[in-house]
Order: sequence, then structure tokens, then C-alpha cells
Amino acid sequence: MKKNDFVVRFAGEGGQGVVTSAEGLAQASSQVGYHSQTFATFPSQILGGPTWTQTRVSTTEVLSSGDELDVLVAFNEDAYESHKSDVGKTGVVIYNTGEFQLDIDGESFGMPFDDLAKSTGNTRAANMIVIGALAYLVNMPQAIFEQFVTRRFTRGRPNDAEIIKSNIKALSLGREQAEKSGFSLGALVPPNKPDYEQIMVNGNVAIGLGALSAGLDVYIGYPISPSTSLLIWMERNLSGPGKLAYQSSSEIESITSIIGAGYAGKKSMTGTAGPGFSLMSEGLGLAWMSEIPCVVTNVQRGGPSTGLPTKTEQSDLLTAMFPGHGDVKLPVIAPGTIEECFNAGIAAVNWAERYQGPVVLLSEMALSERQQNIPKPDVANINPEIRKIYKGENGYQRYEGWELSPMPVPGTPGSYVANGSEHDGMGDTTHLPERHVQMTNRRFSKLKLLENESYESVNPQFNICIMPWGGSKGPALEAYEKLIESGEKISWLYTMFLNPLPTELLQLLKDKELVLVPELNYMGQFSSILRTYGVRAESITQFTGLPFKVRDLCSRIVEKIKQHQQGRMPS
Amino acid sequence: MSVKNPEYDFKWCPGCGDFGVRRAIDGALKQRLIETERPIEENVVVAGIGCSGNMVHLLEGEQPYGIHGIHGRSLPIAMGVKMANPELNVLVVAGDGDFLSIGMEHIAPQAARNLDVTAVIMDNGVYGLTKGQSSPTTKIDEITSSTPYGKQEESLDPLRLYLTLGVSYVGSALSSKVKDLTSMIGEAMSHRGFSIVHVQSPCTTYNNTYEQLKGNAKKGIAPIAWNIPEDHDETDLSEAYRIVDTGGVPLGVLYKSDRPSLDQRIASKSEKMKPRDLNKLIGSYSI
Repeated sequence: MKKNDFVVRFAGEGGQGVVTSAEGLAQASSQVGYHSQTFATFPSQILGGPTWTQTRVSTTEVLSSGDELDVLVAFNEDAYESHKSDVGKTGVVIYNTGEFQLDIDGESFGMPFDDLAKSTGNTRAANMIVIGALAYLVNMPQAIFEQFVTRRFTRGRPNDAEIIKSNIKALSLGREQAEKSGFSLGALVPPNKPDYEQIMVNGNVAIGLGALSAGLDVYIGYPISPSTSLLIWMERNLSGPGKLAYQSSSEIESITSIIGAGYAGKKSMTGTAGPGFSLMSEGLGLAWMSEIPCVVTNVQRGGPSTGLPTKTEQSDLLTAMFPGHGDVKLPVIAPGTIEECFNAGIAAVNWAERYQGPVVLLSEMALSERQQNIPKPDVANINPEIRKIYKGENGYQRYEGWELSPMPVPGTPGSYVANGSEHDGMGDTTHLPERHVQMTNRRFSKLKLLENESYESVNPQFNICIMPWGGSKGPALEAYEKLIESGEKISWLYTMFLNPLPTELLQLLKDKELVLVPELNYMGQFSSILRTYGVRAESITQFTGLPFKVRDLCSRIVEKIKQHQQGRMPS
Repeated sequence: MSVKNPEYDFKWCPGCGDFGVRRAIDGALKQRLIETERPIEENVVVAGIGCSGNMVHLLEGEQPYGIHGIHGRSLPIAMGVKMANPELNVLVVAGDGDFLSIGMEHIAPQAARNLDVTAVIMDNGVYGLTKGQSSPTTKIDEITSSTPYGKQEESLDPLRLYLTLGVSYVGSALSSKVKDLTSMIGEAMSHRGFSIVHVQSPCTTYNNTYEQLKGNAKKGIAPIAWNIPEDHDETDLSEAYRIVDTGGVPLGVLYKSDRPSLDQRIASKSEKMKPRDLNKLIGSYSI
């Protein structure tokens, strides 16, 4: 039987090649036209610790990392024990006999990863031994991987040729081992190579590329998992005249310094995760109050306090929208795919300039570590927002009126005080009731400038709807497609623009009998927000630190629909 | 605000030291405009909160840009402004509570970076606007509204702190000696790097220290403020420490060091860096 889809998990210790194997398989497969997606989860320690990654290769776009494994690659015995239950009925386990032995069970075969690598003369080629074996199991031509290896190690170094040779030898050795084992999973259907150019990036790089495409000038951040890779990326890539990437001494310094930069006319961003975001609360209030454009990217991790630093969760939505004291409701953009991470990077920078205030780009760990092939963005088609700038004389009333007004830039006429206290038109502190009314209305009225963004709507004729947010989009969409195929009558609504919601979308949501919201948190954060708008929303929650599995979602959605129908019909 | 604004109802108490500081800042800014022949809008005053934070609304001369931010964070806000546009002259105004208690964590990194801003600190040894609680520079055993049995902590020695953290210009002044303060603020603004002008600016309501600072011959009170001798070598750090060790309130410039500021370092690094071509950068991820 031919396969359209192939899911492999690599499990072992950090440092054993678990990550490079997953990314290598994904890269090589995408180069020849397959779609692929990786998923990774790590312990919070520098070296070692149980680590696993997963690669899904498919002939169509990959929406989730896959529930059942076709192959489990176990680098050690603990990994085998922890993950064997996820192997599907027809799946295979490849294990490292250099670490442990299994009895012949008809479901696994072993090979000595490290000894085989050593025999190629390159002890670091173990991952290519594994990939060689995997290629055989699904009948992928070895040439694909030989090309990949050649490309990857052609780096202009004197030992390139040697490394390429040893890695190709490793591919062959792995292939021979798989052949000897007698296992086969059925050939993978040949790929439909897309007729457009593609890139392969993770979520944080995609956000970075998007932000730079929108004209980001300044990025100031403090290291914190899982946002650190964005800081490192910015330090390397946000350079040149007028650009600055800088490591701060705390998240409080990050937020306040990007406010300073935004005030001085720059498109500015910081990146952080939960604990750092909490420290930014007061600063975000200042940016909202004094109407200064800036973007905070919060790559969510799990739990309150230090929580689960290296796991994924969607539990910062409420704090993203309502980060601090007083009447504040921040714009939030939560991308659900790697492509959306790129678009969210653009949109967040644009929004901050358009409404002159702080914007939260709410990503999550599962996106930040995921590598995926996406269409290569066309920079020529991106329209960076240009801030409405004041160009008059001194004596300007910067905050006069009930709506957005042009913003002066220091260095040019139009001096005013950007004030975190309630203020009058010039920015001077005031306690007059009518001023607080005017300014509060003014700050909220600006959100209207953000209400016309795009959303997805499928099968709008059905009264029950699925509306996931953020990274739960992928598994939810896969579940949705399965449920439609099996005859369920449900509609699909989705947007990454969570606040403000596109006006039309909100109306569609209000018209539904039931809106089911799959989300990775305990409290059902998005559905609770939707209910405040009068939407009949209910959450499907999970808080394991891992993304949803498609089969779990399918059964929970069906169950919810059944409950709803029973509740509605007279017994 | 240069014109009286009826909506703005904040007032310093009669005799407040901050009046003198305001005259000095107004004077130093005015002098700077004449000397540099640059417009007022190239100057930004960043304030924290409290009595000192209101400085940004109360300046009387030509109006610079201002930020009246949140408690303790004037330095990092100023860093963002300065790094966004190194052409701007950035002045921080803060009190001892704002700068040395809640905001203390921000002094060390800016000293290490030698951020080119000037901080004018109005030290009155008390939280005035919240009505008289103890601050880091309140003396030990002093009774305040938050220390009814006397303050339990040693008072902080700000000048020693600045020297230790590596602040590249450290000056000490009195709010009542406006002429000296004006020229010190002017010099600090011209200094390339992180400059702090620490001003004794008494709170007439909660901690009136005029008499201690300036002395009262009639009552036989010797002044604790004293002038740093003119032959003091401002580039000698150990001499600066010696002045602090002498005690009291030394008046004058304790220390000055000439080293590259953060924007200068970044500018020289940027010259070596090619601006990224976005298309090429995206292309580097092609498959």
C-alpha cells in the first residue's frame, strides 16, 4: 500500500543527534517537494536530558505533528519505554543496540548507531545512519538524501569532501541495515513539487523575518526560553545604519527602552516569555497610556511562575490582552502556523504604528521550535505601515481630540510630554473628570483602526462551529477535515487577530448556536473572552505541555456536539 | 509648560529645592541652545514620578520634548530614546526614591554601557509626594511616617555608589547654589557618556535640611556641605573616593573619565556591519 504521510519520532538524550536527525529528514524531504514539519521538546538543562523530536513528511501541507508513529527511533532504552505506546499498529521501532537490546518481537530492529558511524570515519554521522534506514523503510530514493548531505556540508571548508563522503557512506550503511531487517512500511507516494519557491524556517525566525519586512528598527530583549532564539537572530540580522539589536539587563529594561525608542520615532520590538511578560505589565500600561508604538512578542511556555519553561501552552491570552491595572485592552495577534508567524511579524509592527500603541504578538513554544516549509515570502508585496507623523510647528496639542492624531518625533518641532499620568492635550498631568473620559475613549477608539483584518470561514451554513486560536489551529483543522469527511455538519472560523476581532467575524460567531474553542489552557481563556461578547462559546482544553492530538480533538468535538444536541432536544 | 496651564494643578511647596534645580535646568538648556545653535526639540527630558518627576511639566523656558514615565524607569526609557537617535540630548530627572530605591537596578548597566545621558538627581532624603516616608538616603534612626521608631537601615551613600559602578561623570551640588548647578548641568550634558549630577534639594515640608547643609553661624551649626578644592584632579578615581571618605556633602565635580559612550561604540561597530539585504536574508532559508 502506498503512503501519503510518514511520521517519525526521534527520542533519546540531548546531544545524541535527535534534533539534527529530525531537521535533516524534514529538510531533505522538503527539498524534493514533500511538505514537512518538525516538533521538538526539550528538558530545561544545558546538556543531555530526555529529548524528543518528531518529523512528519507528507504529500500535502502538514497541519499537525501526527498522532501515531510510523517509526520510533529510540536512541536509548528510556526513550523506547517512554514512547513505544505511541507507535501505530503497522509501525516499526529502530533502536540503538549500542545502548540496549530488545527481544525479537516482529515490531523492532536494532543497529549499533555509534559503531556504524565510527566505521564511516565520522563519529557524528549517526543521524545519517538513521535517515538511511528510514529512507529504505518508505522507499525514498537515497539520492534525495545524498543531495541534501552534499548541499549541507558544502561550506567552503577544507574537509567538506571528506565529511560529505562519510555521511553518504552512513546513509548506505543505514539503508543496508534496514534492508537486512526485512521491514517495510510501504512506499511513500512521490511528491508534487510545488511550482513556487519555498523556505524552511521555525516560528521565531519567521516572526523575525516578518518584523524586518515591516521595517523594524530596534529590538531589545532579555534571554528567556523559548524566545531567546529570536533575540539571537535579531543580534545577527537587525544591523546596519539606524538599526539596533541589543541585550537588555531585564525585561523591565526591555519594555521601557523600546518605549523610549518608539517615542523617538523607531519601529521597536522586544521578545519574551511568560515570566518576562509579567514584568512588562507596568511598561505596557505606560505605552498604552502615552500612545507609543511598540511590539512585545510573547512566546508562550507552560504554567504560572517558572512553570514549564520548555513546554508549550496557550495560557497567556488573558494577560496579553489585559496585562496590567486600569482600563487597558491590548491588541493581540496570535499566529497559528509558521507562515502566519511571518505574517504576524509584519502585522504586529504595522498595527503598532497604525494605532500608535503597544501590540502583543502571542506565539508559543510549539511554533518557535517547529521547522516547516512555507512559500518564500515576496518582499515586494509587503506594505510597511508608515506612522502618521506631525509636521507642524511647536505648540502642538498631541493628545487633543477623541481619536488618533499625528505623532511628533523628537528632533523635529512639536514638543510634548508623553505622560503615563492622565493628561491633557499637551501631555500635562490633569485630574479633571472630563479629561479622563476623553482620553479613555480616545485610547479605546483607536482599536477600531485594527478591526478589518482577514479571517477564515468554511461551511458557514452550519450552526455549530470550531474556532481554535494560535498553534492549536493545525491539529484543529486536521480534525475538522476528518469530521467533515465523516459527515459532521460543522463550520470553521479562524483568525490570528484575536483583539480586536474582525468585525464581520464577530458577527458570524454571535450567530452560531455553539462555538467550540480548542485551546491549551485550564481556564478556557479565549472562550471566556468570546462569551463576554455574547458568543455561545465553549472550550476544549488541554494542559499537558504538549499540543493537541488530532484523534483526541475529533472525539472530544463529537462528544461536545452530542451533549449540545441532547441538551437542546426534549427527552 | 511655558504658559500657565489651568488644568495642571501640581505645585511644589514653598521653598522646595526643586525650584532651584528648575532654574538651573532651564538655564543650562538655554545656554546649550546658544552654544550648539541647535533647536530646543533636539532635547528630551525623561522623568520618573514624584515631586521631581513634575519637573518635565514645570520647565519655564522653550519647551523640550518630555516623557513623564513610570516609577524608577527613567534610565532605561532614556536609553531607548538615545539609542534610537544619538543626535538627541537626553536629560533624566529623578528623585532619590525614584533613582536609588525602585530604580537602582538600572544604574549599573547604564554605567557599564556609558550611556550618553545626563541624570539630575534631586535628593531630599524622603518620599515627599507620598507624604514623608523614608528613602534610601534618609539617615539611620530618623523618624518618618513609615519609620515611627526610627529608620532601621544605614543610609545609602550615592556618590560612593556612582563611583563604584563606574559612572563616567559624577558631580555633587546644592539646589540653592543655582549658578554652580547650572554650569555643572551644562558641563554634564556636554560630557560624552553617563553623567550624574547629584543635587541636595531639600524638602521644606518633610525633611528641611537647608540649615544642616549651609550651616547657621548664629546657632553655632557648622555646614555639612563643603567645596571640593579647585586643585582636585577630576580624573583620579582614588582622589574621588578620598573626597567621599571625608564625609559631609562635597560640592563640585568628583570624577570624570573619558571613554567611548554606548552610541559611539555601536556606531563604530555598525560601520563594519553591512546592512542586511532582506531578499538575500530570506533567500538564505531557501530549500
